[in-house]
Amino acid sequence: MADLTTGTLGDTLRRNGVSRRGFLKFCTATASMMALPPSMVPVLAAALDNAQRPSVIWLSFQECTGCTESLTRSHTPTLESLIFDHISLDYHHTLQVASGHAAEAAREAAMQASAGKYLLVVDGSIPLGNPGFSTIAGVSNLQILEETAAGAAAVIAMGSCAAFGGLPKADPNPTGAVAVRDIVTDKPVINVSGCPPIPVVITGVLAHYLTFGTLPELDQYSRPKAFYGTSIHDRCYRRPFYDKGLFANTFDDEGAKKGWCLYKLGCKGPMTYNACATVKWNEGTSWPVESGHGCLGCSQPDFWDAGGFYNALSIPVGDISRTASYAVAAGVALGAAAAGINRKTKTEANRQHSTVTVDDLEKTS
Amino acid sequence: MNESMDFLLWTRGTAFDVAVAIFVVGILIRLFEIISLGRAANLAAPKGSEFLPGMKTILTRTLPEGGTFKRQPLTILAGYLFHIGLLVSLLLFIPHIELFRETFGFGWPGLPNPIVDAAAVLGIVGLLAALWNRLTNPVMKLLSDKEDYLVWVLTFLPLLTGYLAYHRMINPYPLAMGLHILSIELLLVLFPFTKLMHTFTLFLARWYNGAMSGRRGVES
Amino acid sequence: MSKATLERGLNAFREQVDAPVAAFFSSCVSCGICAEACLFYTETGDPKYTPIRKLEPLRRVWEQEYTLVGKLKKVVGLAAPVTDELLQEWQELLYDSCTLCGRCSMVCPVGNDIAYMVRRAREGMVASGNSPKDVQAAAERAVRIGSPMGIKYKALAAQVKHIEADSGLTIPIDVEGADYMPLLSSMEVINFPEYIESLARIFTHAGLSWTLCSEAFEATNTGIQIGSSDIARELVQRIVDGAEKLKVKYVIAPECGHAYTSIRWEGPDLIGKPFPFKVLHILELLDELRASGRIKTENPSHERMTFHDPCSIGRKGGVIDAPRRLMQMVNSNFVEMQDHGKWNWCCGGGGGVSANTEAEALRLKVFKRKKNQIEETGADKLVTACANCRLVIEEGLEEYRVELPIEGLTELVARHLVEDK
Repeated sequence: MADLTTGTLGDTLRRNGVSRRGFLKFCTATASMMALPPSMVPVLAAALDNAQRPSVIWLSFQECTGCTESLTRSHTPTLESLIFDHISLDYHHTLQVASGHAAEAAREAAMQASAGKYLLVVDGSIPLGNPGFSTIAGVSNLQILEETAAGAAAVIAMGSCAAFGGLPKADPNPTGAVAVRDIVTDKPVINVSGCPPIPVVITGVLAHYLTFGTLPELDQYSRPKAFYGTSIHDRCYRRPFYDKGLFANTFDDEGAKKGWCLYKLGCKGPMTYNACATVKWNEGTSWPVESGHGCLGCSQPDFWDAGGFYNALSIPVGDISRTASYAVAAGVALGAAAAGINRKTKTEANRQHSTVTVDDLEKTS
Repeated sequence: MNESMDFLLWTRGTAFDVAVAIFVVGILIRLFEIISLGRAANLAAPKGSEFLPGMKTILTRTLPEGGTFKRQPLTILAGYLFHIGLLVSLLLFIPHIELFRETFGFGWPGLPNPIVDAAAVLGIVGLLAALWNRLTNPVMKLLSDKEDYLVWVLTFLPLLTGYLAYHRMINPYPLAMGLHILSIELLLVLFPFTKLMHTFTLFLARWYNGAMSGRRGVES
Repeated sequence: MSKATLERGLNAFREQVDAPVAAFFSSCVSCGICAEACLFYTETGDPKYTPIRKLEPLRRVWEQEYTLVGKLKKVVGLAAPVTDELLQEWQELLYDSCTLCGRCSMVCPVGNDIAYMVRRAREGMVASGNSPKDVQAAAERAVRIGSPMGIKYKALAAQVKHIEADSGLTIPIDVEGADYMPLLSSMEVINFPEYIESLARIFTHAGLSWTLCSEAFEATNTGIQIGSSDIARELVQRIVDGAEKLKVKYVIAPECGHAYTSIRWEGPDLIGKPFPFKVLHILELLDELRASGRIKTENPSHERMTFHDPCSIGRKGGVIDAPRRLMQMVNSNFVEMQDHGKWNWCCGGGGGVSANTEAEALRLKVFKRKKNQIEETGADKLVTACANCRLVIEEGLEEYRVELPIEGLTELVARHLVEDK
């Protein structure tokens, strides 16, 4: 954790050698990413400059720590990480120094000190199958979430596990995992899905919250529309190849080398809503499709159960050949039965044939 | 809360399996029902063979006889238009080919998307023309029953939803694709029990016709 | 004794549904193209004459008895039943307005052989007592008297005597061991005895051994026209018995369309065994004799002539090239109709229609098609090879006040034979 105990965000940035010019650039970029009008840039800058450190409690349930890794593992300090650093992260398993009773005491202290004002960030899903599946200090995830959410101003479900249940919820969902929104229904919950999510999305949401004191506009999955409003497919630089019907068939064929569309290799871009194609990862270095791998659709609900990662989107989830094979077997059996019935009807009709003669051509009434 | 994705996964999962199973079982039942009725042995000395003329008729009936075309150009043009549009969209769109490859273990080359897109538009236009024809042509109007209109709808929906999904005109996309898949599942489920069966039985029908004529030394 | 009841009819429909019928009904998409091939539709514009629609009773039986959905529909009461009223209404469609010409079967895009199904549907109509009165009466005469027109051998014997006296030719009767046994239609006996004389001329010219059979000279088969295999079988059996008794090698079908269908194609199936003799149409025989040089003709006519293909012989019988080669042999100015051969239009009187007075007005109306077809050729003479077509066309032309001589192709050939010295 950075050694920052007092001052505004502006102070923090200046102390870390960020120029005014760099800061405004960041504000402009953030504003445009969040689809705010240019006139909002000064407002955003002023708000961020004077923002006080909000208290943040970060709960980790059934998760892999990938979300935390994604947010913290930048090799050079970025504005995103600095903003992240600026918050008062009062509780976070992986990052906090305190442990055991002291850690839990810190959480309780923060909850009391900022009651009704702190932000709750959750990563990981909550097991409902058996409370013992995942506990912290002997307390079930469900209980901690309910307790902690009660005094939060808003909840951010960080990553696809918290947002939609994610991998733990994958069929057959052995722990009975659910998403934060399935538990917290009386608080604003904002889903920042992705496995992991893009760091700038978090800072964007934070910036919005710090500036306006409200959450940004959300889509039907409670995700910030600014980042999840368009599909990967619609913003993909390989889209022209899709439109022309030029596809890579394997990961090392000519098409792959020429950067053709990865649809056939299982890219789920058409159904996936996220900002990867525009924001990219690792300070805009690259993103999955650019590095030659199709989108897994990680920001969509149930992406683990959405068919093989390397199967084209048009391929059904189940084993269609197997279904068809069983159906053929059943069809032959039922067909034979239907054939038997028809033959019987026909044979019976032939048996009942009564010879027509010229004596009985006229209708008998 | 996950409506559209859940819907998409359901259409791509359980629903698709069920639809394919009903389709396959239904088709087999229908074919068995037909073939089990048999054909009486033909004892008259043949003037020609049955097999090849039958096969030939399977091909030749794809083209209309000249006089018929002159008398019913709309029926024939609309028929060609929507059949070709439908078949190109179904069989030469790369995402569809991937589905066939997965199902049958082999695929075939597809066409660039804009060409398939154009074919789909022609297919839609053809179907609309066919419907108009069915509603206005006195012969078709008299012949048509509810089932004829039902199969029109069943054929039209996949083309329409496919077009809308491809052009991303329904949002979010999972909903669009789910609707498209659902429309196909509807088609698959009702296929074996409606006139859509002609897709398969016309090969039998044409063959029988050609074979029976061939036997008499006539080209049909 | 069985009776003509709805139940017997329904059972007959059930018997008649076979794999082709089921495949045909399964394939129909109500496109209506068959209407355009049917002169009853093209000449009246009435959609009720659309060929496939004529099969509604048989279609219902197929659907309700032989398909899963149909059976379910029947159980829950959603299936429209086949009633006596329906069959009564459909009698006009299955008899008066269908000559079994088979043109619809040629155009159906899914390949439905509609004429094949009409033939089968008539079995149910006969069995339920819904066949036309006139055709019933003709069938009765055929079975009881020996010919649908009520003529007996005596009448033929008288004609034979006349012809022999007039021409000096010999017409052998009941000669055991002859090679060829020609059949006749009673129309030829009564209206066109020239045909018998021509036969005698040709056989004599070619030096073939032949005979008429006093017990089996009638080729027409009202059983086929009315659509009763039981009756047809009885009539075919007479011919087979006669031919077997005389031990002939060939039975020659006359210039009559449905007679060729009945003896050449349906006959063996009706009696349930292959024939011990071959069946040829007279035109097939003439063409063979032409090819082998057994008959020689001279002085081909320069008149402009056209040929009307009888449906049963051409489109449904495969005798299409033979008449053209024969025409070329005796006529130097042969002209085809617009639609000819397998695409020929029916005269309007086949399939029992000409024997059905209830159908007469309609038949004369739809004859317009044939009339136009003939007129377009500008021919001075029409040649055909079916006594029924010939009578129907003569009547039709008279109705439309068109003067045009008609001749049978056999006669035409016989008239051009090189005179024996």
